[in-house]
This record gives sequence, C-alpha cells and structure tokens, in this order.
Amino acid sequence: MIQRRTLDFWVGLFVMAGIAALMFLSLKVGNLDTYGIADSYVIKGNFDNIGGLKIRAPVKSSGVVVGRVADIQFSTSTYDAIVTMNIDSRYQFPRDTFASILTAGLLGEQYIGLAAGGDEAMLKEGDTIMKTNSAMVLEEMIGRFLFDKASEDNDF
Amino acid sequence: MTPEVLVEVSDLNFSYNTRPILKGINMTMKRGQVIAIMGGSGSGKTTLLRLIGGEVVPSSGYVKVSGQVVHQLDRDALFEIRRKMGMLFQFGALFTDLSVFDNVAFQMREHTDLPESMIRDLVLMKLHAVGLRGAHHLMPAELSGGMARRVALARSIALDPMLIMYDEPFTGLDPISLGVIGSLIRRMTDTLGMTSVIVTHDVQESLKIVDYVYFIADGVIAAHGTPAEVRDSVAPFVHQFVHGEVDGPVPFHYPAQSYRRDLNLEKALV
Amino acid sequence: MFKHLAASIRGVGHRTTEGIWQLGHATRFFLLVLLKSGTSFRRFGLVIRELYYVGVLSLIIIVVSGLFVGMVLGLQGYETLQKYGSESAVGTLVALSLVRELGPVVAALLFASRAGSAITAEIGLMKATEQLAAMGMMAVDPVARVVAPRFWAGVISMPFLAAIFSVMGVFGGYLVTVTFIGVDAGSFWSQMQSNVDFRIDILNGFIKSCFFGVAVTAIAVFEGYDSPPTAEGVSGATTRTVVTSSLVILGLDFILTAFMFRGI
Repeated sequence: MIQRRTLDFWVGLFVMAGIAALMFLSLKVGNLDTYGIADSYVIKGNFDNIGGLKIRAPVKSSGVVVGRVADIQFSTSTYDAIVTMNIDSRYQFPRDTFASILTAGLLGEQYIGLAAGGDEAMLKEGDTIMKTNSAMVLEEMIGRFLFDKASEDNDF
Repeated sequence: MTPEVLVEVSDLNFSYNTRPILKGINMTMKRGQVIAIMGGSGSGKTTLLRLIGGEVVPSSGYVKVSGQVVHQLDRDALFEIRRKMGMLFQFGALFTDLSVFDNVAFQMREHTDLPESMIRDLVLMKLHAVGLRGAHHLMPAELSGGMARRVALARSIALDPMLIMYDEPFTGLDPISLGVIGSLIRRMTDTLGMTSVIVTHDVQESLKIVDYVYFIADGVIAAHGTPAEVRDSVAPFVHQFVHGEVDGPVPFHYPAQSYRRDLNLEKALV
Repeated sequence: MFKHLAASIRGVGHRTTEGIWQLGHATRFFLLVLLKSGTSFRRFGLVIRELYYVGVLSLIIIVVSGLFVGMVLGLQGYETLQKYGSESAVGTLVALSLVRELGPVVAALLFASRAGSAITAEIGLMKATEQLAAMGMMAVDPVARVVAPRFWAGVISMPFLAAIFSVMGVFGGYLVTVTFIGVDAGSFWSQMQSNVDFRIDILNGFIKSCFFGVAVTAIAVFEGYDSPPTAEGVSGATTRTVVTSSLVILGLDFILTAFMFRGI
C-alpha cells in the first residue's frame, strides 16, 4: 500500500510537469496572452490594397505591438478591404489616428502601423479608422519609378 | 444424468486447422473426484482442458459443466461459469507484477465487493491452506517453483470453485514439492467437495491421489480405470506408459524410411 | 526462369494479402480495446499505475534528449543566422522547430523505443507465461484489465511528454545562445513570442502528439497481444513495435503537417 502512495505521487508530479510545460508553451513561447478577448476592443479600417497582410499580423504603434489583425474581408459596396483589428484596451488611440500597412524590413512580414493623431475623442469599440494608407506593393513602386524615369527622359 | 456428475464430455471432436487433435472423447467427472488425464506430450490433453474452460470451441460434440453446454454460452454466461472454475497453469502463471497476497486477492477484488479487511482474512486463510501464510508479502520472482505452484493453487481456490483444472502441476518439481502439491490437491478436493481434473504425465505421483484415470493417445481414449485397474492393466499402451518403457505401442523411432536406405547401404542393390 | 518469376509474383501477392489480413486484425483489436475501455475509466487507479511505468519512467530520457536537441538547435541556428545578421531570431527558430516538429516527433520516437517496447514486452511476456490465459480463466477480460489501461496511459502521457520535451528544448536553446554565446535575452523571448502562434503552432503540435500517442500505444499493445508466446516471439514483437511505430510516426507526421500548415 505504501508503494501505491509513492507511485501516485510520482504520477501526480508527472501530470503537473506536463500541464506546466503546456502552460509555458502557450504563454511564454506562444502568444496566447495577447489573445485575451476580455481586455481588447475592435476597430476597423478600410484599405485600398492590403498587399500581403495576413490574419494575426501584429498591429504596432511606435514599434510596440498593441494588437492583432482579427479578420480581413472584401467589401462589395466600397470595393476595398475591411481589416478588423483587436486592440489591447490598455492602449487608447485618438479618432484621427492614421493606419498604414508597413513592411518589417525589405522583405519581412507586413503589419499595421498606427500613428496617433491629435483628436480629443478616442476610438471606441467598433469604430472605423478614417485615415488609412495602403500597402506598398513592390511592383507598383518599380512601375512608378520606371514611369518617372521615362518622363524625365522625355524632358530632354 | 445423475446430479453428482459435474463435467460431461460427449463425443468431443476438435481439430486445429485441419489437423484432428481429439477424436470422439467421452468422459464423466463426478463431484468430489480427482481425475487424471494422462498421455504423451502433444496428445491433446491441454486442449481438452481448454475445451472444458470454454477457451476453444469444439468441432463437434460438447462439454457440459453442471448441466450447461460450455461452447453454447454467451460471453457473460461463460464468464459466470468460469468464476466457478479454477485453473492451475503449468508454471503457476502468477501475475508477476503483484505480490503473493495480491495474486490470491485478485479474483476477490475483481468479482466481489468484499471489504478489504475480509479479503485480508480470506487471503490469509487460503494461503494458510497451502502453508504459505508467512510468504504473503513476497513477489512471485522470489518464490521457488514449488512455492509458486502452491500460491497459484491458493489463487485458484480463492472463490471456492466447484471445479479445478491442473495443467501439468507436477512438472519440474523436486520430490518434496511434488508430494506436497499432490497431497494438497487431494486434501482440498475432499475438504471443499469440488472436482479436480489433473492433466499430467507423472504417473507414479498421480496414481497415489486420483480416483480415476483416462489415457489419451492419438486423440482417442486408449484406456481408463481406477488406479488399481491401471496398475494391473495388461493393455500394452497402459503398461508401457505406467512403467515408462522406451519402446512399445508408442514407438521410440519417429516414422522414417528404412535405416539401411538412409545410410545409403542399399545403393549397391540399385 | 518462368517458374522463378511466377513464384516471386506469388510471393508478393501472398505478402500483400498477409499484410491486409494483419492490418484488419490490428484494426479489429484496436476497436476491441476502445470498446473495453470502460473498466479503465471506472477504475482509474489501473491507468494511474500504468502512467507511472509509461509516463514517469520515460521522463528522464525525454528531459535529457529535449535539452540536448534544443542546445544543438541553438548552436546550429546561431551559426547560420549570424551570417545574415539576424541572430536574435534564434529563439524563433528553436521554438518553431521544437513546437511544430521536433517536440512531437522526437518525443514520440523516444516514447516508442522506451515505453512502447516495454509495453509490448510486458504484454508479450504475460501472454507467454500464460498470465493472460489465467486471467481469462478467472473470468477477468485481459483486454479490459491489462491492455486498455496501458493504452490509455500511453495516450495520456504522450502530449505531456512532447510538451516537456519542447520546453526543455527551448530551455536548452536559451542556455546555449543566451547564456553561453551572449544573444540578448529580451530579443530571444520577444522574437519567439511574436512569431510562435498559439493556434497554428502550439495547438497543432499538441494535436500531433495526441495522434502519435494513440498510434504508438496502439501498435505496442497490439504487437504484445499478438506476439507468439515464445522468447523469440516476444523479442521479435518488441523490435516490430519500435520499427513500425517509428515509420508510422514519420508518415503520420507528413500527413498531419500537410493538413495543418498548408498555405499558412
């Protein structure tokens, strides 16, 4: 019977270690803690072109992750993309905040950058950001560069 | 059928794949009897026990245990009847991960809701009956062959069965342990009023304790009788078996072509 | 010549039907184990006992291997990443490789050779020494009493072991890159956290390890229960458990990965 007890103890310890490992993976290695639904609010933004933006891409302000992209949909009324973002409720942004789709590094992943404006009123749950800036698409940039170059040449 | 007949084997045939093992066996075993089934190795003795226990299904014929045809029972009824049977396997087949005490208590814990204190008393009684009450804390690995066999015996009588089958209970035992096991089987059969079926080829030891003997050879009953009849039997097979003669109806040589030809001595004639 | 060809074709055919037969047999046994699992949950003590032998005793090898695998990953990752000046991404590399692939797969391979072989050998020996037959004669179903608790203990242990393996690996990677080489601890963790996703990476890794747990233990109990009751039979079955489980783990890993990470 004593043997049974020590055995139970070890099994208990094993299960605890397993659960602790799973918790560690979820919270410390993964980013489950930034998923909290209770302490975040939803804002939306319309973009002409989202480039390679994906769901769960970070939303950053001054380089700090303040939220994540929750959903991306195409609107058939305005013919642009509606991006839904979950923003940590610790961070409040003015109504005239500027949202742009940026790229981390030259070839890195795309994220949404928020640049705060000066409005007194703050964005609330479900609000839509008015001022947006679409993703820089490399092909368009190259195209515009070549076009400019050509028109410069014509001046001569 | 008289009520005191516990096991009735009737015209039993069994084949393994297409090879016939048992051919038309008839037996009756009464309550309170110790019955020996003897025969050479591979004569189908153990198969007979498995048929009685319902582990295998006969090709034709039937085995009746206390009036029920074993192979026609459904699973629950089979398990129900098996609770009234005990089986002692050749080397005891003790559960190696359980202590002697837990081995004997196994069936009580599985099949009854007895309180632990009562199980303790019962287990110690069963172990006392085989003289191993003092060894209840040992693990099976710490037991000698004879002791393991005695623990297995205590385990098989745990739920006071009406029938116990012994598969080669005397194999590999020293003369003292052999005598102990033999007398235990006899004594328990008498005190508990059950039936014992011993499959063995240890003639001398079993003839001392049994009431009736069946000889099986080539899947049929070659001879049967009481020990006294068997000892005095003049039937060549029984005589050879009881006296352990090298050659006789059971030949020493495996069937082969002629010795001369095998050694190429007949080549010259060709 | 023609005779040889016919014989070898016949051989292939025979082996194929034999394989199909065996697969069907194994599947039927697996369903039987599931069907008779009631006892394991009514008397959970039986499973706890096996959890000790299957889970706790596998801990050492899992912890040590995880640590070393993480250390190697850290070292190799650092060597490669620093050429591109992005050595701070080493945390991401270590964590992603572990959580997505190496954790579940290597832990399952180790589990198959440590616990799977032990389960097969134990059940095989119980069969060879007639303990299972004795149990059956005592009107106790050996599948319910012996096989099912071991199966569930294996299924429960595997995700825990895989998680412990991954955590030890991350710790090993941290040890090598941060403590020894001097990568910034802050960027090690922050890069890891912003790139490892809970649902895509950790949950999928967890699901993988559950699949592996079922596969390995099912193979182990089947091989044990099916082994010929002789010394060679049991040793052959033990070898087969390790070989078959390893192949199944890797094959299953490919299929699961294709399902989980396609297009993301």
